[in-house]
Parts: sequence; C-alpha cells; structure tokens
Amino acid sequence: MQVKEYKPLIVAFCCNWCSYAGADLAGNNRLNYPADVKIIRVPCSCRVNPMFVLRAFQRGADGVILCGCHPGDCHYTSGNYYTRRRMALLFSMLDYLGIERERTRVEWVSAAEGAKFAATMNDFAEKVAALGENKRLEDLRCKK
Amino acid sequence: MQKITRDVLVEKAVSLLENGSVSCVLGWKKGEFDYDITPAVFESKEELVSDFIFDDFCGANFSKYLVQKTRKVEGKILVFLKPCDTYSFNQLLTEHRFDREKVYAVGIPCEGMVDIGKIKAITGDGISSIVCGDTIKVNTIYDESFDINAKDVLLERCINCKSKKHVAYDELIGEEGEVIESNRFDEVARLEAMTPDERFAFWQNELSKCIRCNACRDVCPACTCEKCVFNNPKSGVENKAPANEFEEKMFHIIRAFHVAGRCTDCGECSRVCPQNIPLHLLNRKFIKDIDSFYGEYQAGAEVGSRAPLVNYTTEDIEPCDVFERGND
Amino acid sequence: MLKCSIDALNGVFAKIAADATLYLPTDKDGSTVYAEWSEGVELSNALNTAKSPKDFFFPQVEDLMKFKVEGKSISVDDIRSESEDFVVFGVRACDVRSFDILDRVFLVEPYDSYYASRREHGVIISMACSKPAETCFCRTFGIDCTNPGGDIAVWKTEDSVYWNANTEKGEKLLSKLGLEECSDDAVNAQKEKTEKIMSKLPLAGLTTDGFGGGKTLDLFNRPEWKSLSESCLGCGTCTFVCPTCQCYDVKDFNTGNAIIRYRCWDSCMYSDFTKMAHGNNRNSQVERFRQRFMHKLVYYPENNEGIFGCVGCGRCLAKCPISMNIVKVMKTIGGNAE
Repeated sequence: MQVKEYKPLIVAFCCNWCSYAGADLAGNNRLNYPADVKIIRVPCSCRVNPMFVLRAFQRGADGVILCGCHPGDCHYTSGNYYTRRRMALLFSMLDYLGIERERTRVEWVSAAEGAKFAATMNDFAEKVAALGENKRLEDLRCKK
Repeated sequence: MQKITRDVLVEKAVSLLENGSVSCVLGWKKGEFDYDITPAVFESKEELVSDFIFDDFCGANFSKYLVQKTRKVEGKILVFLKPCDTYSFNQLLTEHRFDREKVYAVGIPCEGMVDIGKIKAITGDGISSIVCGDTIKVNTIYDESFDINAKDVLLERCINCKSKKHVAYDELIGEEGEVIESNRFDEVARLEAMTPDERFAFWQNELSKCIRCNACRDVCPACTCEKCVFNNPKSGVENKAPANEFEEKMFHIIRAFHVAGRCTDCGECSRVCPQNIPLHLLNRKFIKDIDSFYGEYQAGAEVGSRAPLVNYTTEDIEPCDVFERGND
Repeated sequence: MLKCSIDALNGVFAKIAADATLYLPTDKDGSTVYAEWSEGVELSNALNTAKSPKDFFFPQVEDLMKFKVEGKSISVDDIRSESEDFVVFGVRACDVRSFDILDRVFLVEPYDSYYASRREHGVIISMACSKPAETCFCRTFGIDCTNPGGDIAVWKTEDSVYWNANTEKGEKLLSKLGLEECSDDAVNAQKEKTEKIMSKLPLAGLTTDGFGGGKTLDLFNRPEWKSLSESCLGCGTCTFVCPTCQCYDVKDFNTGNAIIRYRCWDSCMYSDFTKMAHGNNRNSQVERFRQRFMHKLVYYPENNEGIFGCVGCGRCLAKCPISMNIVKVMKTIGGNAE
C-alpha cells in the first residue's frame, strides 16, 4: 500500500489590494510555494471575521494565514489596523484554548513583495506540516 | 450580609411610584424558597410591599432588561443597580441600546451575592429555610441546621469583585464605594502557565459539558443583537445543539469574541450556566489581553468610551509578537 | 425481593457490565452526571443527575441519514448508529415516568424507529428515593418515589441494596446476577420513613387542580402569563434539563461532500421554534413561555388520558437562571397558592 505523503492544507486570506497582488507577482516570477495553499481573496484583511478562521479549520484547514497591506498602507486607510487588533486577540484566545499557535499567522505582504509572499507561505507550510493534521479544531463530519 | 434592607428600597420605590416620577419598578421578587429570586416588574405598592425582596440571592443584573422594557413601558422605569450592574448600564448606553431618559437608576451598595450551588454543596438537598446575614443560617427538612460564613459561599464574580463604585445613577442609596484591586486574572494566568496540551484538556473537558441552552448569551448584557448569528438559519452556523466538539468551541469562542472589549466582567454568564462551565475565564482572557496589549480598559466605566476593538493606534502590537511578550 | 450488600455492589455492576454497557450517576467536577461504569467509577449519593436520562433514548443530537449528490442521482444512506444493549442504573421514579411520557409521543404513529430501537435495547434499573429535596413534587403527579418502576427497582439502604424485577426483561437480567433472597422488611421500613418526609416537603401541597384537558381556552387567555414570562430570558435551560421535553428539530449539515441530516433537541423558548415558510407561530416570549407550560399541563393530558407532561423532578426549579418555573406557574395560574 502506498502511504500518501502528508501535506497540510493552508487557507490564506489575502487582501485584494496588496497581498493578492503579491501572490500574483510570486506566480509571475515563477517563485515556488506549496500548491496546498488555498488563497481566498477578500476586499480588505479586515473583512475577515473570526468565524471565517474557525470555519476554515472546521472545513479541514491545518493552518490559517491572513495577509494584508502593511500597516499604514491600507487601501481603506485603517482596515488592517483593526485586523491587527482582532487577530492578535483571536489567536491569543485560540492559544489559550490549547490550539497550537503555529497554526495561525498574520503577515503583511505588499503588491511588490512576491518573494516575501512565497517565502512566507513556504515557511508557514513547513511549520504547519511539522505539527501534523489539525486535530484540535476539526469537525469530524467534514472529514468523512 | 447586605448593608441595606429591602424596606429602604421598597420605601424608595413606593414613594417614586406614588408621586408619579416612575411608572414601574424593576426589582427582585421572592420565590417559593428563600433563594429562588426572580427579576420582576412591579407596578403597584401592594406588589412591592408583599413581594419585593433584597438579600444575598439578588445576583441578577437588570441592565439588559432595560433594552426591551424601555421600548414597551410608558413613562420612566425605576431600576436598582448594584455597582457591577452600573458598568453594564453604561456600556449599553454607550451602544445606544436604550433611552436614558426613560430610566431612573438608583444605585445600591452590594456586599457580594452568594451562590446557592455552593450552599447546597455544604448542606445537601432539602433546604427548608435560609436566613441571610454575615453568617447564613440554613435549616433543612432533615432537621439539620448549618451556619455558613457568607464569605465562603460567594458567587465567583463576587469573590473577585472589581468595583464597589457606582459609575452611573440618578440617586445613590448608601455610600459611594471604590474601585478595588481584585485577583480576577489569577485563574487566567494559571491557565496560561499550563502547557498547550493541558489547556486543551481543560477546555475540552469544560466545553464538552455545554448543552447549548444559550443562557450565557441570553443573560449577557453585552449580547443585545436583535438577531444572533447563532439563531439565524442563513448564517450557516445556526445550531440548537452542540453537534460535536468543534461546534462547542466555535460557539464559545465567538460568543466571547463578540463581547470582547465590551464585556464589563459582570459574571452573569458563569452564574447562570446550568453546567457550571467557568465561562468568565474566556471573557477575562480577552480583558487581560486587552489590558496588556492596548492599555487598561474597563468597559462601561464611562459612557461614550471607544471600545478597544473599534479603535487602534499605529503602534499596536503585531499578532506575531503577542506570544513573545506573553507568558512563555 | 433479592439483596446484596453495599460492598458487593461493584461486583454486581461488573456482572451487568459484562453483557451490556452500564451507565450510572456519578459525581464529576462538582455535579452529578450519568457515566459509563468501569472499575473505579463510584455511584453518586446525590438525589439526581443534573441532566435527565432521556439522552439514552432520545439523544440531544442524532444523525438520521446522509445524502450524496452525484450528477443527477442522489444516494441516501441510513447512518444511524446501531443500538447496543445497555443498562441505566439509578433512575429515579420521576425519570422513570418520563419514559412513559416519551413513549406516548414516539411509539405511536408515526412510529419513531430510532427511539424504539433504543427502548428495546435498554434496561432501566430504577432507584427509590430516600432523601428527597425541597424542589421535589413528584407526588403532585401521582408518582411514588419509594416505589419506582422500570425493569428492575432498587432500594439502597445504609448497608444493603435490594432488587426487585418489574418486567420480564428485568427478571432475565436479575437472574444472572446471583443475588440472595431476602424479606422486604428493610425496604418497607425505608418506604415508610420516606413517605413521612414526602409529606413534609415544601411543595407537598401542590396540586394539579385547575389543569388538565378541557381547560385550554380559559387557561390560554389568562392575563398572568404576561407577568410570569416578563423576565424569561428565552434560553433553553428548562427544556434541556427537562426529562419530558421531547420537541426536536431536523436539520441538514453540509459537510462539503455530502449532506448529513440530523435531529437535535429544540426548545419552544427559542425564537425560531417550529418556524415555517409563513414565519413563526409564536412571535413573543409570552407566547413561547405559555406554550411550554400549556403543553405540559393542558395539551398533553388532553391527548393522553389525563397524564400530565411533568414529573416533578425539580430540575427546572434548580437550574432556571431567573428562577421562573412550573411550580410558580401552577400556583399563579391554577390559583392554588397556600
């Protein structure tokens, strides 16, 4: 029997104006990053509701990363500042509940940072892979 | 144990009712036993005189009732507020949830309320009478009697009382108290000091008791959405039962997150939980984090203050630095 | 009547557990819950569990079926979990009656095969009360807590446990346990003592006069419902701890590659209870609150030969966040306050 190599499923929420363009640039420049990173484009990183993060885990994500414009560069002036507070608190809460802190991350990636995008995803995927499958925030019904 | 008696409050309520300054009174109504007190609306002197009560079992926070009652009642509502209730009162005003003009708030001092669960743990079932005081006297139908030190059976939220100060009132009965130093974050710190595996086991055990009665949400003075996402079939997360471990966690994380920065730490969620889940530990974690990341903030301390999650500075801590600064 | 000593009880549990899963009330984290018995799990001394034993027959969440859509075809799988044989020990008389009440709902047309299968596989060992609480009012509904029903009835005294089979199923199980014959003197003595306490209980005088079938309109229109429900939070605590509440909702969960249809307890206290295409039947908390008590005290007896839908276990009295409960409703609406 062939053993399937474990590859983590990563959900990346990317803001339309910076990080999504950064991902595009990474693609244009043919930089490698794991194919298991699923990008979800959002108008602004602050569009991400804590429920999105939890439901990503429910639906089988092993790690969730949020990417937005650098603080100060938000297309909508201040959206990412709110994101920063929200996610700092949410991720701290997940950690408090015993969910591995390496499974969540916030990273600021501009439209010009294709290389940073690829490097971030590679690094994040590696860290999540080291943790293995997400068992603590999984919904078994979705795995059947 | 309470310093003011029910008679003082009844007198106040009756005089305000009779001179027409208020049309009804939100107060505590005595029950079948000496401990099952129900929040009630009193509309006449007779009702007040016969049923109004104020003793060590009057834990219920009336602030949230004002949201609905002020819409329905003609004229002013008299409400009695303990110090912790006044924070919820202010927070609701900050969020424009009721019309301040329709309320006459009387601040009353509180020496801490007791937990009938803790008393029953000592006396067992069959309580026939309870006389409140610094020493609570309990008699049972099995002809046993117990003298219990009230301080030993306080509600969790009263053990760690954060303030005896009334932050809102039209009139105050008794003396103004002070904000007090409490150890309310000790338990949070104890959990933070555990390993992730231990924390996970702790919460898994606690949250698995949840029966999704939603009492924590329904009693919470910060939870005043007209339609909760967990009641909305279109949200995709609506549910009436904790179908599995994930849903238990999601409900409680989202519940606590939604009130983060607005939660005044009144402790009603833990008081009403039929399964005794320490829900306040989730809320206090957010309060503790907010205090340490963004500076001390007490929701409801003043009307109109900007809650930390609808505010920011350009210098805020990065989520990735949270753990380095924290408690490893 | 058969008997074993208290010290031998664990051995008897082991015998029962050899053939079936045994559940009994045990103390955990300061509250009493049903748990699976294994060596080291101690029987609780508490009067009753925080949640009722209806879970065993009518679980809070239960998967019914699974749909898969592929192209234009839909496959439907039965995904119910197979019922295994189980024994529930230590069920109080009030909770035993609750199973009769549930049977009258689930075991008539439309027959509920999920519930029926669990009823078939389960053996109920009841336990007589000897130390009722102030919140007990089972006598109001004609329940004798000293003489509980179930497949086997058990009386626990300070040193011994007495067993008596009530049904064939009980008889079969009891014969395997190797207990010794004894007289029922000790049991009768305990019954007598408990009876005395029962008449001293604060709620001993509560009656169902004024309730029952045929009084629907009069009670429905009583003005007191408004003040009684005034502070109701609309949470589901009373419903979910109640041994006789049997309303459920059927829901679909999209797993991403299939739909799981499941049912879960519902509460008439919730705003979307029995919501239909036209909207809600009951739009205010007064109506929802009234529904719960009318169902137990009027509608149910109306349709079930006068049997009330409440068993007087007192759980809602102990758990309601605002301490509003069926006793207060009965005293106010029934007008039989002492």
